[in-house]
Amino acid sequence: MRKVYHKIIRIAGNVITVEADDVAYNELAEVSGLRGVSLAQVIRLDGRKVSLQVFAGSRGIGTDDEVRFLGREMQVSGSDALLGRVFNGRGASRDHRPDITENLIDIGTPSVNPAKRVIPRHMIRTNIPMIDVFNTLVESQKLPIFSVAGEPYNELLSRIALQAEVDVIVLGGMGLKHDDYLTFKRTLDEHGALSRTVMFIHTASDPVVECLMVPDMCLAVAESFALKGKRVLCLLSDMTNFADALKEISVTMEQIPATRGYPGDLYSQLAARYEKAVDFDGAGSITILAVTTMPGDDVTHPVPDNTGYITEGQFYLRNGRIEPFGSLSRLKQQVNGRTRPDHRAIMDAMIRLYADFKSTLEKQSMGFKMSNWDKKLLKYGARFEKEMMSLAVNIPLEAGLDLGWRILADCFDRTEVGIKSDLLAQYWPEK
Amino acid sequence: MAEKTPVMEKVVAVNGNMITVEYTHRVMQNEVAFVHVGDSRLKSEVIRIRGNRADLQVFESTNKMKVGDDVEFTGELLSVELGPGLLKQVYDGLQNPLNLLAEKSGFFLQRGIYLSALDRTALWDFTPIAKVGDKVRRGDRLGSVPEGIIKHYIMLPFAWRGAWVVKSIVAPGQYNIDTTIAVVENERGETRNVTMTQFWPVKIAIDDYSEKLLPEETLVTQQRSIDTFFPVAVGGTFCTPGPFGAGKTVLQHAISQHAQTDVVVVAACGERAGEVVEILREYPELEDPRTGRSLMDRSIIICNTSSMPVAAREASVYTAVTLAEYYRQMGLNTLLLADSTSRWAQALREMSGRLEEIPGEEAFPAYLESLISGFYERAGLVKLRTGETGSVTIGGAVSPAGGNFEEPVTQATLKVVGAFLGLSRERSDARRYPAIHPLESWSKYKSLVDPAKLAMARSILRRGSDVNQMMKVVGEEGTSIDDFIVYMKSEFLDYVFLQQNTFDAEDGASSAERQRGMFDDVCRVLESDFTFADKESARVYFLELRQLYLDRNYMALNSAEYREQKARIDQKISGSLKNA
Repeated sequence: MRKVYHKIIRIAGNVITVEADDVAYNELAEVSGLRGVSLAQVIRLDGRKVSLQVFAGSRGIGTDDEVRFLGREMQVSGSDALLGRVFNGRGASRDHRPDITENLIDIGTPSVNPAKRVIPRHMIRTNIPMIDVFNTLVESQKLPIFSVAGEPYNELLSRIALQAEVDVIVLGGMGLKHDDYLTFKRTLDEHGALSRTVMFIHTASDPVVECLMVPDMCLAVAESFALKGKRVLCLLSDMTNFADALKEISVTMEQIPATRGYPGDLYSQLAARYEKAVDFDGAGSITILAVTTMPGDDVTHPVPDNTGYITEGQFYLRNGRIEPFGSLSRLKQQVNGRTRPDHRAIMDAMIRLYADFKSTLEKQSMGFKMSNWDKKLLKYGARFEKEMMSLAVNIPLEAGLDLGWRILADCFDRTEVGIKSDLLAQYWPEK
Repeated sequence: MAEKTPVMEKVVAVNGNMITVEYTHRVMQNEVAFVHVGDSRLKSEVIRIRGNRADLQVFESTNKMKVGDDVEFTGELLSVELGPGLLKQVYDGLQNPLNLLAEKSGFFLQRGIYLSALDRTALWDFTPIAKVGDKVRRGDRLGSVPEGIIKHYIMLPFAWRGAWVVKSIVAPGQYNIDTTIAVVENERGETRNVTMTQFWPVKIAIDDYSEKLLPEETLVTQQRSIDTFFPVAVGGTFCTPGPFGAGKTVLQHAISQHAQTDVVVVAACGERAGEVVEILREYPELEDPRTGRSLMDRSIIICNTSSMPVAAREASVYTAVTLAEYYRQMGLNTLLLADSTSRWAQALREMSGRLEEIPGEEAFPAYLESLISGFYERAGLVKLRTGETGSVTIGGAVSPAGGNFEEPVTQATLKVVGAFLGLSRERSDARRYPAIHPLESWSKYKSLVDPAKLAMARSILRRGSDVNQMMKVVGEEGTSIDDFIVYMKSEFLDYVFLQQNTFDAEDGASSAERQRGMFDDVCRVLESDFTFADKESARVYFLELRQLYLDRNYMALNSAEYREQKARIDQKISGSLKNA
C-alpha cells in the first residue's frame, strides 16, 4: 500500500506542489478531491517538494486533498484489441466500451538506435499529383501539413490515410473540434478503415494537460504495432495545440521562455515525438503525418519553424491546394530515382517554369507588355494550376508524369524546358 | 595511476535533465559523475557549483530518479578515448559505439549502457619509432600502426607533461590496444606504461604543435559554387546558414563525400536520425576516388540526433572536434562537418534556462558567443613539432529560427568564420541548387580560378540581378537589349555553373581541373559581345547555349562525347559573335 499525502502547498495553473518522500521523476499520482479522482504526473522534484501537473486541471482542488502516488509512469495498452477503438487523452475509453488494461507498455520510450534504422525505400501512393510527382511521400517519413485554420487539412489527412496501403492507422487528435472528430470517424467508417484504426482523441473542451499525452500515447501504440512487423500510419492533428499546452505548463513552472512564450526545449520536445517515425531494420515502420496550423499564416512562428527543422519536409496547404513552393519531401530522392527515369526531370522543370510563371504574373499585374515567352508561361501556369495542382485531381503517378509532358509540349519548345536531351528524345510528345 | 575510491553524494532535486546534488567532498567544475537509478548508472556532468550544492546535467533521461539517489563522482573531466580504430566508427555524443549498442540492447537506446569506444581485441601491426633511451615529451611518436591507408602514430599521451625517457619499447609485431608498448620514466623517477590509447578531455583543445599557420590553400570540395566562388581553405572555417528546406544537409553530405581531405568527422548534432542513416548505410558502399577504398574508411560519425538526450548533444560537437584534432596530430588534413550548430546552441539554452541564468537575446545564454568562437578557433592549419603540417577545417551548418540571419547564433558564427555560404529560400524554391546565394555569400579564402576573371563573373551576376529587379519595374520592353543580354548572361552562368546536380555521378562532383576548364568556357560567353536582332532571339540563343553546356555537365571529363560537345559549343559561340 502506497502512502497518501494530504499537504498540498501550492496550486498554480494546472500544477500542484505537495510535500512527499520517495517519489520518482515522471511518476503518476491520483489526486482525489471534490470533483472526483484525476491523474497527475511528477514534473519536478526539489527536496521534499514534488510538483505535479494535474490532467483534469486544478480547478476545485483543495489544500488537504488526497495525493496518492502510483509507483509507475504513464502507460498504455499495446494489444491488438485497440483496433477499432476510441480513447481519450488519458488512455481511457471514449466509446462507451470497457477500458483495455492488458499488455501495458510505457509511453515516451527511448529513441531508436540509428544503427537499427534502414533507409526508407517505399513510396506511399496518394494519387495526388502535387504529392506523388513533386513531393513524394515515403514510408517512415515524418511530414507536417502547414496550414491555417479553415483549410481542409483534416480532409487531406483522411484522404491520404485511406489511399495509403498501410496495416494500421493511429489517429491522435489534440484540441480537435468535436465535429472534426466525428467527420474523421465517419470518413474512416464509410471506407471500412475503422477496424484497422486506433484513435486517441482530445477535443477542444477537454482539460489541457490531457492534450500533452496524446502524441506519446499514439506513438507508443504505433511502435508496438511496428515492432510486430506492421506498417503504421500515425496522424496527428493539431501539433500546434500540443505546443501550446507545453507552453502553458512551462509558464506555470516559471521557466524562462525562449521565443513568444514557448519553452526553450520546444525543439527537443517536438523532435522526441516526430523522431518516432522509423523504418525498423527487421520489423515494421511508422509514418507520421501531422497538422501544424500556423497562427496568422506565419511560417516563422516558433511552432512551424521548429517543426520544419525536425520533419522531413512539409506540405503547405493554402487556398485548398498544396503549394509547390515551400512544400518539400526530403525523402523523395530515396524513391523517385526508381519510379520512372523522367520523374526527377519533370519534377524540377515544371516547378522552375512555374516559378517563372509567377514572376510573369507580377509583370502582368503591373501592366507590362507580355513577350512571346511571357505568353507561353501564362498559358503553362494556368494549365499547371488547373490540371496538376487542384486537389480534385486523382490520378496515379505515371499518369501524372505523362500529363506533365503533355502540358510542357503544348506550351513550350523542347529547348525551353531545360531538360537533358536524351530524356527529351524519349519522352517529348510529338504534336 | 592509483585507483581512486569513488566519492558518493546524494540527489536533492530533479528538474528535467538537470539535477542538484548536495556535496560533502571536493567537486570539480565539469567533473563527470554517475547517478545510480535502480540498476543503471547515468552519466552526468557538473555545470555549476553554489554553496554546498552542485548542479549537474544528466546525459540520459532522468525518468524514475528520486531525491536521495546516490551520485558517484569520478574525479575526471568528460573525456574521449583516442587510439587506432576510431575510423569507420559510429558514435553517439559520448563516444558510445552505436553498432555495438544495437547488438547489445536492440532497437532502442537503453539508458545507462556505456561501451568501450575502441575494439579491445583487434590486433594492430605495430612498428616502433622511438628507441630505448630516447628523450620524449607529450605528443612525441613512439611508433605507428597502419589504420586503413592512414599511418596512425602512437603518441605519448598529450596529458603527460614534462620530460620522459623511454625505458623499454616492444619489438615490431601484432598487439591489441591495451598492450604496454613502451615504458617511460620522468625526471622524478615516476614510470608509466604507454598503451596505444589515451584519454583527452573534450572541452579542451589539443595544443601540441609549434605554431598556427595562415590557411592559404583551397580545400577542393568539388562543389563549383564553393571552390570557385566562395572557397574554403584547408584549416579554415565556414558556415552554411539557411532556413529549413534550403538544402543544408544535402550540401554537407556532398562536401563530406567529395572533399579532398584525409579524414572526415561528421557530427550530426540534434538533427534527423534519417539523415545519419543515409550516411551509415551508403558510405560503406561509396568509393572514395582518391584512395579507391570505401568512403567510410576515412570517416568518423558522431551522431546525437534530435530525440537523443539534449545534454549529450552539447558534448557531441566537442567529441567530434577532439577526434579531428587527434588525427591532425599525425600530419593529416581533417574536416569536421557539424550539422547543426544551432541545435548545440539550443542545448546550451535549455540548460541555461534550467539554471535560471539571466537570459541574453532570444533567451540564449550571454556566453553563447564566446563558446561559438572558442569552438571555431579549434580549427586551423598547424605546423607540428615534427615540421609537418596538419589541419582541422570546420564547417558548421546553422539553422536560424525563421530563416532570419539576424538571430544570435548566425551572428555569433559570422564573426568567427572565414567563409559564409548563405543558403536562400528564394533559390531553393526555384530549385536552383545548391542554394548558396551568389550575391550575399562571401569568403576570405583563395579561389581555384583567376581572381580577375572571378571579379568579372561576379559583376555580371550583380548586374544581371539589378537588371532583373529593374525589369520588374519597367518591364521587358523598357529594358535595353544590352542590359537584357547581361541578364541572360547572368542566368546562363547561374544555370550551367553555379547550379549543380548533387544526385548525378558526373555533375555532382567537379574536380579542380574540370572547374577551371568549365569556368574558362563560361567566361568566354560572359566576355563575348553578341549581336542579336531582338530580345526574343537573344533568349532563344542563350537557352540553346544553356542546353549545350548543361548536357556537357553530365558527360565524363575529356571523354569523346565531351570533346564533341565542346566543338559544338565553340561553333555555336563563334556563330553569333559581333566581330565574326
